[in-house]
Amino acid sequence: MAASCVAASELLNNIKQISVLCPKASYAVRAVSTSSPQCHAQLPQRARSAPQQLVGVVGLEIHAQINSSTKLFSGAPVRFSAPPNSLVSFFDASLPGTLPVLNKRCVEAAVMTGLALNCAINRKSLFDRKHYFYADLPAGYQITQQRLPIAVDGVLTYSLLGGKKRNQVMRKNVTIKQIQLEQDSGKSLHDDVRSQTLIDLNRAGVGLMELVMEPDMSCGEEAAAAVRELQLILQALGTCQGNMSEGQLRVDANVSVHRPGEPLGVRTEVKNINSIRYLARAIDYEIQRQIDVLQRGGTVQNETRAYDSKSGETLPMRDKEGLQDYRFMPEPNLPPLILYEDNASLPTGIDACQVVVVQKIKEGLPELPSVKRDRLVQTYGILPEHSFTLVNEDGLVDYFEAVLKATKKEPRKVIGWVTNELLGHLKQQDMSVCQSPISPSALAELLELQETGHISSSVAKQVFQEMWRSPGKTALQITQEQDLGLVSDTAQLHSICQKVVDSHPDEVHAIRSGNKKVLNKLMGLVQKETKGRADPVLVRAILQKKTS
Amino acid sequence: MSVFSLAASRTFRGVSLKIPRMLFSLLPNDGYSITNLHSKIIIWPQSHSANTTRLLSSQPLNQKIPKVATWEPVPEDQLPPPAHIPADLVDKLERLALVDFRTKQGLACLEEAIRFADQLHVVDTTGVEPMDSVLEDRVLYLREDAVMEGDCAEKLLQLSKSTVEEYFVAPPGNIPLPKREERTAMLKNSEF
Repeated sequence: MAASCVAASELLNNIKQISVLCPKASYAVRAVSTSSPQCHAQLPQRARSAPQQLVGVVGLEIHAQINSSTKLFSGAPVRFSAPPNSLVSFFDASLPGTLPVLNKRCVEAAVMTGLALNCAINRKSLFDRKHYFYADLPAGYQITQQRLPIAVDGVLTYSLLGGKKRNQVMRKNVTIKQIQLEQDSGKSLHDDVRSQTLIDLNRAGVGLMELVMEPDMSCGEEAAAAVRELQLILQALGTCQGNMSEGQLRVDANVSVHRPGEPLGVRTEVKNINSIRYLARAIDYEIQRQIDVLQRGGTVQNETRAYDSKSGETLPMRDKEGLQDYRFMPEPNLPPLILYEDNASLPTGIDACQVVVVQKIKEGLPELPSVKRDRLVQTYGILPEHSFTLVNEDGLVDYFEAVLKATKKEPRKVIGWVTNELLGHLKQQDMSVCQSPISPSALAELLELQETGHISSSVAKQVFQEMWRSPGKTALQITQEQDLGLVSDTAQLHSICQKVVDSHPDEVHAIRSGNKKVLNKLMGLVQKETKGRADPVLVRAILQKKTS
Repeated sequence: MSVFSLAASRTFRGVSLKIPRMLFSLLPNDGYSITNLHSKIIIWPQSHSANTTRLLSSQPLNQKIPKVATWEPVPEDQLPPPAHIPADLVDKLERLALVDFRTKQGLACLEEAIRFADQLHVVDTTGVEPMDSVLEDRVLYLREDAVMEGDCAEKLLQLSKSTVEEYFVAPPGNIPLPKREERTAMLKNSEF
């Protein structure tokens, strides 16, 4: 088994990754700037267009892989990487004579997700077959729930940081049309060299929750925020690990443009998006492309396009022969799925482990991200946008709470350090919170030093940088080594201030005649003298006395 | 000649006869003919078959079965207009379902089948939920989330004609169905 793994990985190294197979589109593609257009700001005016501008309309189709031990309809295990075709049961390979057997955990996961998104859970849901031919779908059909899915009519509330300084929290809603259970298909690796496709059925039959959203969004930023919120919700519930790069959360965007008030334009579907950042870029590119096409007088075609992350463009995919007709038909091997409201409505004599009771699941729901954010604001008195940033980053809430435990400083003062200093440094080096070189206790110590007056705030920032560069050194050590302690000796400060005042008579004159802002310049000079170690409050008081 | 059991004639009700081998040679004609049998030979049945009484479908023992046919063909005016299948729909069905309506006879057969099914329109189904399958009132069994299957890669790979390092090999994309003219040329020499 090990030998074949090595051989397989060697083979994979020789095979190109799943890539877009068709040549670049024939029309000239205009280079698009990387900064996404602010969708709540106005789009730039075009010279010859109609008075109303074209706006984008985005609807998402999200497939979330259910976090369960076995597949949806068979008892084969679910794992991310394993030797090819080793996690396949006879049903997944669709050998004749095999039948689907529904996994209870997948049903519970779908009900949990439906309840978290405020959906109406259908007490009775039906399974259907969706037929299409492709090598990674051995049966020729996929068992899904199209007529009567397990949950309908939900709302996903997400928040965007907007406004001029990106610190206003704007709440938006996306309507969720339905949530349904369906099977995943296998994985196909394209080998262009030998003109063949290699099929691995490990993923075939894994349970997916398909979330169909209404086209309520208008740009890439909104879509990215919505998907991030959904990711957080699913991770909090434990129903999906939400890792887009591992394929646990797959997002397809349906993009079209129209003028507000007019009927929706022709939509294209964008696939092959592997991260939230690429999602925003792909959607913005596609909206811009469609606007360009329409303004040149062309028409947008209803097609499927793949996103190429290297070039930042969407390119038409081959292998889509016109509009597919899936010939939906009821799944004859599965009776309807019945869910019970509460224990009182259970029919007598039924086995307890054969039923899914919605009330029980509702009571067992963990804390959702939105509730967590409100709780943080209530408990610690921090601003909503800070709590938004805290919850958005994995592990940052725990870090923040650990720092608070170790220091007596007020949460509102600590939050600035965590969200600006720490997070800024982490983002610069693309690290996650768990990789931070500064532990919560070390940061707490630094803040204590600042609080007790040993160092000034500007020096504290310097010490932070030093701690980042040399992990293991405590704040105290660095302060002592570089002699950055605050100078509070009044005699010394007096003499330095006197020196500065004497050497700048013009500024003193300006202050005396009313321009108080020049005092800051004098303060800056004093700080330069003391290498930033002077206590600013004392210095200001002394200078004011001297120049009054 | 093999021993065979006779279906009873009208005079011997519900009794099966076994004619021993040796008596066949005495029959003037072919042993399968039983026209004169009952008058010439009286064979008593073996003891084990005396206890079974086989009901004849022609005897009115089962009241549920009417004596004469009771269905009537539905008059044409009650049926919706006959469905005509355009050529592009035929092509689309052939491509989607991979069935072959090669000849005009095949198409005529399909239209007749649709016509036959049209008779269902006569039935009034207002307020009745459509039925998916006869099992729809059964309880759907929910399986516990425990690993039971898998790890049979060798067995599955043996089923495939071509495999590469534990992967199944497939052509690079869907092979489109050949056009009708090419298809007839391809199938001309095959046995279908």
